[in-house]
Amino acid sequence: MSITVDMMKKVPVREQDPKVRAANFEEVCLGYNGEEAQAEATRCLNCKNPMCVQGCPVSINIPAFIARVKENDVPGAYEIISQSSALPAVCGRVCPQETQCEGKCIRGIKGEAVSIGKLERYVADTAREMGIHPSAPAAKNGKRVAVIGAGPSGLTCAGDLAKLGYDVTIFEALHKAGGVLVYGIPEFRLPKEKVVAREVENVKRLGVKIETDCVVGRSTTVDELMEKEGFDAVYIGSGAGLPRFMNIPGEQALGVFSANEFLTRSNLMGAWDEKHSRTPIMRPKKAVVVGGGNVAMDAARTALRLGAETHIVYRRSEEELPARREEVGHAKEEGVVFNLLSNPVEISVDENGWVSGITCIRMQLGEPDASGRRRPEPIEGSEFHVDCDCVIMALGTSPNPLLHKTTDGLDVNRRGGIVVDDSEQTTKPGVFAGGDAVTGAATVILAMGAGRQAAKSIDEYLCGKEKAGA
Amino acid sequence: MFEITKKELVGPKEYSMVVKAPRIAEKALPGQFLIVRADEDGERIPLTVCDNNPADQTVTIVFQTVGAETYRMEKLDVGDHFADVVGPLGNPSDLVYKPLEELKAMHILFIAGGVGTAPVYHQLKWLHEHGVDADCIQGARTKELLILEDEMKSVCGNLYFATDDGSYGIHGNVCVALQQLWDEGKRYDHCVMIGPMIMMKFAAQLTKKLNIPSVASMNTIMVDGTGMCGACRLVVGDEIKFACVDGPEFDAWKIDFDQAMQRGRLYKTQEGRLLLEEQEGDTHEGGCGQCK
Ligand SMILES: Cc1cc2nc3c(=O)[nH]c(=O)nc-3n(C[C@H](O)[C@H](O)[C@H](O)COP(=O)(O)OP(=O)(O)OC[C@H]3O[C@@H](n4cnc5c(N)ncnc54)[C@H](O)[C@@H]3O)c2cc1C
Ligand SMILES: Cc1cc2nc3c(=O)[nH]c(=O)nc-3n(C[C@H](O)[C@H](O)[C@H](O)COP(=O)(O)OP(=O)(O)OC[C@H]3O[C@@H](n4cnc5c(N)ncnc54)[C@H](O)[C@@H]3O)c2cc1C
Ligand code: SF4
Ligand code: SF4
Ligand code: FES
Repeated sequence: MSITVDMMKKVPVREQDPKVRAANFEEVCLGYNGEEAQAEATRCLNCKNPMCVQGCPVSINIPAFIARVKENDVPGAYEIISQSSALPAVCGRVCPQETQCEGKCIRGIKGEAVSIGKLERYVADTAREMGIHPSAPAAKNGKRVAVIGAGPSGLTCAGDLAKLGYDVTIFEALHKAGGVLVYGIPEFRLPKEKVVAREVENVKRLGVKIETDCVVGRSTTVDELMEKEGFDAVYIGSGAGLPRFMNIPGEQALGVFSANEFLTRSNLMGAWDEKHSRTPIMRPKKAVVVGGGNVAMDAARTALRLGAETHIVYRRSEEELPARREEVGHAKEEGVVFNLLSNPVEISVDENGWVSGITCIRMQLGEPDASGRRRPEPIEGSEFHVDCDCVIMALGTSPNPLLHKTTDGLDVNRRGGIVVDDSEQTTKPGVFAGGDAVTGAATVILAMGAGRQAAKSIDEYLCGKEKAGA
Repeated sequence: MFEITKKELVGPKEYSMVVKAPRIAEKALPGQFLIVRADEDGERIPLTVCDNNPADQTVTIVFQTVGAETYRMEKLDVGDHFADVVGPLGNPSDLVYKPLEELKAMHILFIAGGVGTAPVYHQLKWLHEHGVDADCIQGARTKELLILEDEMKSVCGNLYFATDDGSYGIHGNVCVALQQLWDEGKRYDHCVMIGPMIMMKFAAQLTKKLNIPSVASMNTIMVDGTGMCGACRLVVGDEIKFACVDGPEFDAWKIDFDQAMQRGRLYKTQEGRLLLEEQEGDTHEGGCGQCK
């Protein structure tokens, strides 16, 4: 059977039915099969001056890999992607394509952009099924690098350095490697065994050692790693930090969670699966999630799957929702209710200390603020009340001060992010940093790009040092 | 890694375990805690470091069996391994950063309730090794529940016992004991309290009245213990604090204990609560006796 392609539209991707998936944690999007991928690939115009590549933070050679897909040459396509990205199975799934590669695609002017993310995912998944792994490391060069944090940033930096012949150890605070990919992003969006564990395995296959249960700054320190444990350089990819709260009345009530806690219990500890995990999680009847980013969508859709009627409260309008378009669409299909242009003012608490509801105020958009977005302002007297037994705060994070506090000479900026120069070098010689620890909560692809840049810089730094010493 | 090298029943439902954990053994200071996971499906359970021995790379933990997870831990034996042990977490006690001269001039009182005795022991031992002998009031409902008596005696200045039923030491809870010592003319200028929250709540009220600056160690609910999830939040003064990164010790006068106790009930289901009440019938640590 051949697929008729409407050049204006993406080849549709198969998804679990919204009603069915609202009650399970299996992956929502089933991805393209070979035939669909090849059909979608024919939509790419193979532009001479491909705008899509400019939209990709790591400049994947998109037309080249899509041309390989068209020819059904998956290993070839994988090879091209691997030159720029270490985590294609992840990025194909979670990149905000509509503001990056696909947002720039020429096809998008008149019709729908080429489905670059889905094609990338297809290539990565198929390569994995075919048993293709990243190429083997060069000969060992005898130098040792410590990487702090096994998130996308740390994993990428470690993988690249190993390929260059470095002896790399990742120190990870949690009991599992993957960072947000294991504790934050849910199973139904990013399968943990099939995708994340395999990516981690690939990094280990390059010879990288991962020591879990090690909190740098407590179990050991950056200075000790360099002075006592013999590491020549350190990369900090420790991610974003503590969840923010609103400081409104009732926030300490039982049933109020940070999205990080709710998601960590469900994802990292596997609490969604009562049969296996012994970690408890609240299964709310009605949950209100505050926020409009990916974190809010993930928390809302997790609460929904745990059986709750779920509402989102966000203070700006639909247009400003920072979450990926696809997640917003999926959330709506699954039945998440959006209360836009509204902001919580108080959480009501029952006589046993549990949440009984949330009072919000309607907002309107005023003049643009520093970020260029129109500033939401409360409309006086427009308060309304929603009954609920659970409130989940997804308001972003502020950096964890641990590494800054325990490392001599490591500067942070006003917002607490680690200060680095263009080559990801910090204010402390031999110490590099990148990802959310530097930028604050951002994206997987940016964290990965920073890890990659840092690997280059560390290599130059250590080679330069060697030459100077010789 | 994380092999259990020694296991001992130290109270009716209190176990002491020595566990191989090189990094923690090397670094732990009094006041810090660790997180263990019994097995691959297990929950992350915070426990205070009760002792550490860099020479043989071990730490000692003392835990009380209260629920499903500690029950699972109780079943582990010498030679078994924990799936995970991570730490040391949290900030060390402020005392370890004070100049020795200053420490020696201080009159320090510890108040220990129930399994809180274990972390108090770690602090007393550290002080003792640095030539400082602090006093301690150790409270329990009844004599059999007083744990680590010999160990405590070996590191304490004056050790006072307080039992609710008068079966050992002073008749009454730790507050009665402190008041009695005060009335006898004993004076302290610093107090560290570790035990059930209800005990700490009332002890803090008393030390405030007596004007003894105090810190309390907060055993909130936790998940990661590294400052990522926000589960451990509590209100100190008017601020939201996180026990795992800002604590676990806080100014006892400023802690909102009522709210903290309420949050501690979060995962106690109706059933779980019943089970707990039933268990506490025998093992309730006592403390102030104000709790019904
Ligand atoms: C719920 C959620 C959904 C998201 N959805 C998307 C999405 O759809 N698309 C997208 O592009 N981005 C998304 N993001 C953002 C993205 O996940 C992050 O920007 C990215 O993971 C940052 O990578 P990182 O490697 O810098 O840090 P992390 O992924 O945070 O990894 C840091 C690691 O370091 C460890 N660590 C921290 N401190 C220490 C220490 N002192 N010692 C040792 N280890 C330490 C942590 O335990 C963690 O494993 C989402 C984030 C969240 C929370
Ligand atoms: C910093 C810190 C230090 C601690 N030190 C010790 C110690 O040295 N010895 C000791 O016996 N106990 C200590 N605790 C308490 C210990 O962690 C709890 O007793 C244990 O988590 C109970 O688990 P459970 O599944 O057996 O009990 P359950 O009652 O079945 O637990 C149900 C749920 O509530 C949570 N929970 C219940 N009580 C507590 C509590 N007090 N603290 C944190 N979470 C709780 C558990 O995580 C679990 O999710 C400490 C807690 C903290 C935060
Ligand atoms: S990495 Fe992300 S931005 Fe780049 S091509 Fe892939 S999906 Fe697009
Ligand atoms: S801009 Fe669009 S059409 Fe052009 S090369 Fe990129 S994906 Fe293909
Ligand atoms: S336990 Fe998660 S932030 Fe403290």
